[in-house]
Amino acid sequence: MPGRDGSRASRLLAWIDDRLPISSFWRRHFSAYYVPKNLNFWYFFGVLALLVLAIEVLSGIFLAMHYKPVATLNPSGVPFAFASIDRIMLEVPWGWLIRNVHAVGASALFLVLYLHIFASILYGSYRKPRELVWIIGMAIFLITMAEAFFGRLLPWGQAAYWGTTVIFNLLAGIPLIGADLALWLRGGLAVGDATLGRFYILHLLVVPLALLFLAMTHVAALRQVGLNNPDGVEIGSRLDDQGVPLDGLPYHPYFTVKDLLAVVLFLLLFVGVVFFVPEGGGYLLEYGNLSPADPLTTSAHVRPPWYFAPFFCILRSVVWNFFWIDAHLWGGLAMLAAILVPASLPWLDHSPVRSVRYRGPITKILLGLLVFVFVLLGIVGAMPNSPMLDLLARICTFYYFAFFLSMPWWSRLDRYRLPPERLVMK
Amino acid sequence: MSQNKVNCGRRRLLAATAVLSGTGGLAAIYPLVVSLMPTDGSDFAEEPLEVDVANLMVGAMMTVNWSGKPLWIIRRTPAMLESLLGSSEALLDPQSQQPQQPSNCVNLHRSIRPDILVVIGTCTHLGCLPIAKFRPGEAENMPADWQGGFLCPCHGATFDLAGRVFKNTLAKLNLLVPPHVFLSENRLLIGADKKGA
Repeated sequence: MPGRDGSRASRLLAWIDDRLPISSFWRRHFSAYYVPKNLNFWYFFGVLALLVLAIEVLSGIFLAMHYKPVATLNPSGVPFAFASIDRIMLEVPWGWLIRNVHAVGASALFLVLYLHIFASILYGSYRKPRELVWIIGMAIFLITMAEAFFGRLLPWGQAAYWGTTVIFNLLAGIPLIGADLALWLRGGLAVGDATLGRFYILHLLVVPLALLFLAMTHVAALRQVGLNNPDGVEIGSRLDDQGVPLDGLPYHPYFTVKDLLAVVLFLLLFVGVVFFVPEGGGYLLEYGNLSPADPLTTSAHVRPPWYFAPFFCILRSVVWNFFWIDAHLWGGLAMLAAILVPASLPWLDHSPVRSVRYRGPITKILLGLLVFVFVLLGIVGAMPNSPMLDLLARICTFYYFAFFLSMPWWSRLDRYRLPPERLVMK
Repeated sequence: MSQNKVNCGRRRLLAATAVLSGTGGLAAIYPLVVSLMPTDGSDFAEEPLEVDVANLMVGAMMTVNWSGKPLWIIRRTPAMLESLLGSSEALLDPQSQQPQQPSNCVNLHRSIRPDILVVIGTCTHLGCLPIAKFRPGEAENMPADWQGGFLCPCHGATFDLAGRVFKNTLAKLNLLVPPHVFLSENRLLIGADKKGA
């Protein structure tokens, strides 16, 4: 920011500042926002999440100009929605690129979010005083799943049609109100034109607005408490005589440059995937969605997109009826719990230190196993059932919940070293 | 004049205003909520449907769209019917005690005529459509002692050739047998329990 030297530009800035506080906003969020010096690549993923979100919004706006949310059949017997995606892919100039960017972007967003969440777990970034940053973050994750769920139905393909049918029938299993609730949400006895219409507006406006609001709240809460770092040491506790953290550097230019590197590396990878492997072997663009929805046949192999697969696997692994309530409702609750239980991490973790760097073998082994089990849940969830895999899925589900729910005990038992008072530069 | 004294008249007015505007707000939400209800009445009707099964081969299955639901009609072979005898221990409801069929179908083969099975082909777990796996014996992802039946592709529920669900799968009910009558040797009326209904 230029100083107030009386030049034309600085007079213009002063004029604006008297009416809109842009200079103080810049100082508060960029030039005088102090960030720990020792951030490593795990801290790339927050800014990348924002970047992918922006890519999704931009590509989504242009897709919406050609897409038709109509499930009825056109004169050639293809649902209008499905045909409009075909048109985008084949006839709209560069439409294939916009569509592939949007579809690959969905996977990229989940990849980046999973890594972002893992970094927080690794360095204890959910702990006091960052509980709200963490909880709002988990809410963002949940609502991103909703956004992906609504968006996946829009091309009106087989896989998404049956995936959506299953979720509604899960809701219908809620005692007393379930059947009416599902009917009300679906707008018909089966997933159909009414359902597509509401998913369209939810995907385009309602959920993105909520997402935008939550993302702003997430960043605002982060600015209030400051960024954690790989050592898990508060930089705000050691200040120089100007009141500036000794181990901190201003976000701009030191970390905007670092983030720029992350953006460039990410875009290289992203563009490479979009141009050379946009389908990603059926994981980025589901093959099951390449045929139009057919209410009278279910395709032979229904599998969730990879980013839902671990939670889908948890749903599938609960097969017992308790308290006169059907197993599938318990499965649905288990799936919801699998998303919500990590949100209570700030109160489950009783270790005296934050970062995994200063924790003992118990944390390292159990956390390593959690990553392994979560990936395994994803792999099993994307495969068809078999008795062997069902057993594996149940063991993994058990471990997933046991890790979190027994954390108050094992996090206290584990060995630890007290971190140094100043940051360690590696 | 005391500064802490509450002006009761104004306070009452405030409460009344809050209650009234709250009621008005709730009333304004009502049309929004009911606007989401289904409007297409035809979704609800289960009109009786006449089906001709003269061309249905022995051992084959046909799918009919009955009010948007997939209706299966299967003409079972003697070997298929025999397979129903062996598996009762592995089944959850072998005697068809749950009300998943009309009373004239509470029998071993869950049908009026032993050979012709009429079921709604919707999985009783979460509503996917199971796939016919009629060939007995070991196959990919199927149990080794498979006698023929149906496999749901979504969550792996299995049913035998009378639509009875196997134990230890996610589905907990047999496939639904709708009311139906034989109008003649090969003509079926689905959705009615007596002739001419």
